[in-house]
Amino acid sequence: MPARQGLVLEVDRSTPPIVFHHGEGFRFEKLPTGSRVVYPNEPMEPIEDVDGAIRNALANPLGDSPPLEALLSPGMKLTIAFDDISLPLPQMQAPDIRGRIIEHVLDIAAGAGVDDVHLIAALALHRRMTESELRHAVGDRVYDAFAPNGQLYNFDAEDPDGLTHLGETDHGEEVVISKRAVESDLIVYVNINLVSMDGGHKSVATGLSGYTALRHHHNVETMRRSKSFMDQENSELHTKNWRQGRLIRDAGVKIFQIETTLNNDTFPEPWDFLQKREWEMNAKERLLLLGTKKFLDKVPRKSARTIFQGIRAPYGLTSIQAGEVEAVHEVTTANVYRQHLVRVEGQTDILSMGLPYLGPYNVNSIMNPILVACLGLGYFFNLYKGKPLVREGGVVIMSHPTPWEFHPVHHPSYIDFFEEVLADSTDPEVIEHKYEKRYAEDEWYRHLYRTSYAYHGVHPFYMWYWCSHALEHVAQVIVVGGDQRAIKRMGFRSATTMRDALEMATDVVGRDPTLTHIHNPPVLMADVV
Amino acid sequence: MISESLSGKRIAITGSTGFLGTALVERLLRGVPDCELVLLVRPTRRNSAQRRVEREILRNDAFDILRTQWGEQFDEICARRISVVSGDVTSNGLGLNEGDRTLFTACDVVIHSAATVSFDSPLDSSIEVNLLGPNRILQVLQDAQAKPHLVAVSTCYVAGNRRGAANEELLAGTPFQVDVDWRAEVDAARRTRADLDARSRIPEELTNFRRGAREELGAAGLPMLAAKTEQLREAWVNDQMVEAGRSRATSLGWPDVYTYSKALGETALAELHGEIPISIVRPSIIESAWADPSPGWIRGFRMAEPLIVSFAKGELNTFPGYPEGIIDVIPVDMVAAAIIAVAAKGPEDEPEVFQVASGSTNPLQFKKLLNTVMEWFGEHPVYDANGHPTASTEWKYAGSSGLEEQLHRVVKAFDVAAKVINRLPIRGENSFTSKFAERRQNLDQIKGYVDIYGAYGKCEALYGIERTLSLWNSLPIEDQTQFGFDPSVIDWHHYITEIHLPTVVVQARVKTTPDKRTGPSRSERLRAAVLDPDRHFAAFDLENTLIASNVVESYAWLATRHLSPRKRFEFTLRTLSETPGLWRRDKRDRTDFLRYFYQRYKGAPLRQLESDATEMLSDLILIKSFPAGLRRVRAHRAAGHQTVLITGALDIAVEPLRPLFDHIIAARIDSTNGKLTGEMLDVPPTGEVRAQLMVDWAEQNGLDPQQGVAYADSASDLPMLEAVGYPVAVNPETRLVTIAERRGWLTENWPKTAGAPKPLLPMGQRPKSQAIPESVR
Repeated sequence: MPARQGLVLEVDRSTPPIVFHHGEGFRFEKLPTGSRVVYPNEPMEPIEDVDGAIRNALANPLGDSPPLEALLSPGMKLTIAFDDISLPLPQMQAPDIRGRIIEHVLDIAAGAGVDDVHLIAALALHRRMTESELRHAVGDRVYDAFAPNGQLYNFDAEDPDGLTHLGETDHGEEVVISKRAVESDLIVYVNINLVSMDGGHKSVATGLSGYTALRHHHNVETMRRSKSFMDQENSELHTKNWRQGRLIRDAGVKIFQIETTLNNDTFPEPWDFLQKREWEMNAKERLLLLGTKKFLDKVPRKSARTIFQGIRAPYGLTSIQAGEVEAVHEVTTANVYRQHLVRVEGQTDILSMGLPYLGPYNVNSIMNPILVACLGLGYFFNLYKGKPLVREGGVVIMSHPTPWEFHPVHHPSYIDFFEEVLADSTDPEVIEHKYEKRYAEDEWYRHLYRTSYAYHGVHPFYMWYWCSHALEHVAQVIVVGGDQRAIKRMGFRSATTMRDALEMATDVVGRDPTLTHIHNPPVLMADVV
Repeated sequence: MISESLSGKRIAITGSTGFLGTALVERLLRGVPDCELVLLVRPTRRNSAQRRVEREILRNDAFDILRTQWGEQFDEICARRISVVSGDVTSNGLGLNEGDRTLFTACDVVIHSAATVSFDSPLDSSIEVNLLGPNRILQVLQDAQAKPHLVAVSTCYVAGNRRGAANEELLAGTPFQVDVDWRAEVDAARRTRADLDARSRIPEELTNFRRGAREELGAAGLPMLAAKTEQLREAWVNDQMVEAGRSRATSLGWPDVYTYSKALGETALAELHGEIPISIVRPSIIESAWADPSPGWIRGFRMAEPLIVSFAKGELNTFPGYPEGIIDVIPVDMVAAAIIAVAAKGPEDEPEVFQVASGSTNPLQFKKLLNTVMEWFGEHPVYDANGHPTASTEWKYAGSSGLEEQLHRVVKAFDVAAKVINRLPIRGENSFTSKFAERRQNLDQIKGYVDIYGAYGKCEALYGIERTLSLWNSLPIEDQTQFGFDPSVIDWHHYITEIHLPTVVVQARVKTTPDKRTGPSRSERLRAAVLDPDRHFAAFDLENTLIASNVVESYAWLATRHLSPRKRFEFTLRTLSETPGLWRRDKRDRTDFLRYFYQRYKGAPLRQLESDATEMLSDLILIKSFPAGLRRVRAHRAAGHQTVLITGALDIAVEPLRPLFDHIIAARIDSTNGKLTGEMLDVPPTGEVRAQLMVDWAEQNGLDPQQGVAYADSASDLPMLEAVGYPVAVNPETRLVTIAERRGWLTENWPKTAGAPKPLLPMGQRPKSQAIPESVR
């Protein structure tokens, strides 16, 4: 059956309650008549012969790149960089596409007599991946062959001897990337392009870079001028990354870019009802949904978290392309859009969203309040092309339990950010000006980033900057069903029920507002016309 | 006229730093412009007599009028008119040097008002001060063949518990005389002290004190425990002496040791005064001033105030007395005025007694006092910290004995509960343990007051004041205006509601407005002091201060990291079975425990441990860490302080914390050929060793321990906490809660992060790859 397109449903009296993601659980919300619900496209048909597609892509690159095999020669230095644990979401069922591609690349390299191979998880300022996470990404065979002798490792953006300063762009943006990458004769970068923000020059310029370079675009001003950062053509974030990427290219660093797109087949059985449109569910699925909700409402959050973090997505590969960065990325982006874009007519007064248990930065971890804000106001809000789905001065209603909980190993600087910085101000500019440098250069956070499994000290700031476009655009943010204290700390308002939230919103947007709910995940991107 | 007859006179005063003494000094300086004062003041360990006069007397708000009147000349006039002599009424010869003795004995009048007014002083110290004090003054004067007029301040309550009219006459020959030989009492008191001291040193008692010290401090290390043991011994002897005093006094018919020793003092004085003319002034219960130096002026917390405040706060609703009983209160300015009038009048051939009391001419009944108090607090409620008025209920009268019994039972129950609680693994200030400690302290206080008050409630004598009144009547109108001491002028309702209670609530620092506190709280102030850039360093304990883990856990983690599941299971069983023994050993002596426990590391490969420790940071230490604690360490660094970690944990295990600290003091195990031997390289840093190492480190680095901050969680860390100027109790165990609260230390409660993973057992994640190296043990 060919995949059906997404749609915008207008709620009428016969519309059943809509399933809202709500952290490690769900809410059923009966939306007011006349509200719109935006449903994602159904998963595209995946490529059946994945290995064939990989081989084909490596042999027939795009742009002015020769085939991979032609780029390899004995005695050369080869570095294979790959996306880290933040992609895809959730983690995909084994075998991970990265591992499959890397195996092919390594085969060709071995055939060409290349010995000096390093594999680097391109995590920029994200946390280091654990052994089991690396194993999942690259596969046991690759891991066992390279990790024990130090050829497979996490990138370290704070290694004083591990970075090379390549120069500054004509806009004064410093470019600093992995020294090993610069010294390599070839970098092969293996991407998973889950959303349209990923890939392109961002892969190397950001993934193998550190604070010195990232601060030029990971800042409030850039994020406010990226409308949205999911839409490359209108994203200041991408413009700056592209300038840095071109400087890397011009400095003679050779990159063979591999990008892949996945369909949005996000939830495996028995969770697949989460991909169904409510009115199309059969009795069994309804029962399962109801039972699951009851069960999740009862179990402790810790157990629910374990259950959800165990989900592995049955993602299918929809395209793979390799070769020159920009040529590859153009095709990739078109493929991402094909899966994600849903046409929506006109903006709305109130945008509602049900936030799930997972974002890019809490894989095998805890979705702390800052990450909740970032997922809603950073990611979901920015999943638009054209205009934001919600009008300027509108209201965003997010549903998430938002517990005052933090992972002490993964997010140590988040804890302090929440306790110290947000307690002082929630204004991104003030925060940036007053606190960023101290956190970014904090010796203890640096130590934890380098030796433990902590996000970099500056990372929570980026999460907050990610929200800055939304914070500037909307007049009010309401969180439904969350921890009041934590929500208040972030400057949002909290409501117990959706009905209360809508009532509160009328203070801002007036009587009889329009409401649009995005039914995400599976991921969708609103093409607002 | 008083001012004329005392003009140009030199007047010596003892006890001038007290409530009455201060009033006397002020009144004489202001009312008798030409007199000179010689103040005999006991130097303390910190302050010389001169300095005490400046700080404790002249800076008192009693002198506000004179400060205004004299303006910039205040200091100069005081210096000219006041001579300070350093002395002590408990030493023979008053401890005076030659010059001071000459100055003292050359006085025209000596007003002896030094006394230990505490109702529960040890027997011998009451005797030394109240009985022998006047004798020593006489002796000094007689030795110098001086014959000044000696005005001795006594108390109406020398009449004891007997009922009926107590007149202004020496006790001898009256129904109030108790036929005991004061010399024998002195000998007996001294002997009792010696006996008790001897008894406190027998092995059984010393064992008890040692046990008590351990119970209070836990495994705090030898010197600390020894000091505490000695302190407990001395406290025990003292308590016994207090008890001896109380029982001796009551056995002879006085309410307490104060009145008993005062009565004997009077007797001795009458017997020994010889050619020195004496007058005795007996006030009743001295309370805040009626008019001078200002209405309501008071110094310190007097007798009735604590009870009144407890009542206002709703902590107490039963009064130890009877509604129709009379409480004989007299304002301090009337007592001072009467004394001055007696001094001005001059002595007679035979000793004269003047009583300054209100009971016979203007009696105040308990009923009236309490009703007025109740009424006043109804209109002026006291507020709690949240701004809610506290309800005071109606007083109930329980003859004091009933109340005493009741309180006694409650205190006993508290003590039993405290023993239980001290053994429970409860931590933190916010836990009920803290409230418990606070309640307990309150209760002790109230019990003390009830004991005292109860005794006074039983005194039903009426104190005649004919002689005092006739002195009053003989005064010219100018003196009567300036030196009022006629108690019949007191309007009790006015005195209680307009003068006394407003002062009481100010003195007791209770909240009388519902406003929530503005400005920083006590904790905030302490925290700011701790983080002040002027501090030099911050020392941190590790276990339960920065992380909720211990050496056993880190050992278990390291030891199991490379074990097969089966071996892990065996390890777990073995460790669990050993736990009670280890726990007991740890409670007994931390050093011994560590030495014993660390032997397990024998044969462990050093390099392997070092690399595993890095992983342990993520898998055990951070998970169990207190983020606020780690934040605090870094706040100290940001403030420019040096930071030091002092822990009994193994140096290898805490190495990953290195970036937080300038210096780490940890336990070290010897190694040969890349393997640990299990033998410690030095004495593990626990208890007093820890304090010593910290101080040594500070001094080597030119840092002042008095400018140091120390963070720790347990009473066994007391030596370390006491060695610095700014101790902080973190998640304190019950024992430390009590100590920290009593000493006003900053207490922090640092939780683990909500949401932190909680592994069931501290076991290392086994890496899948890599050649599996030999594990520890």
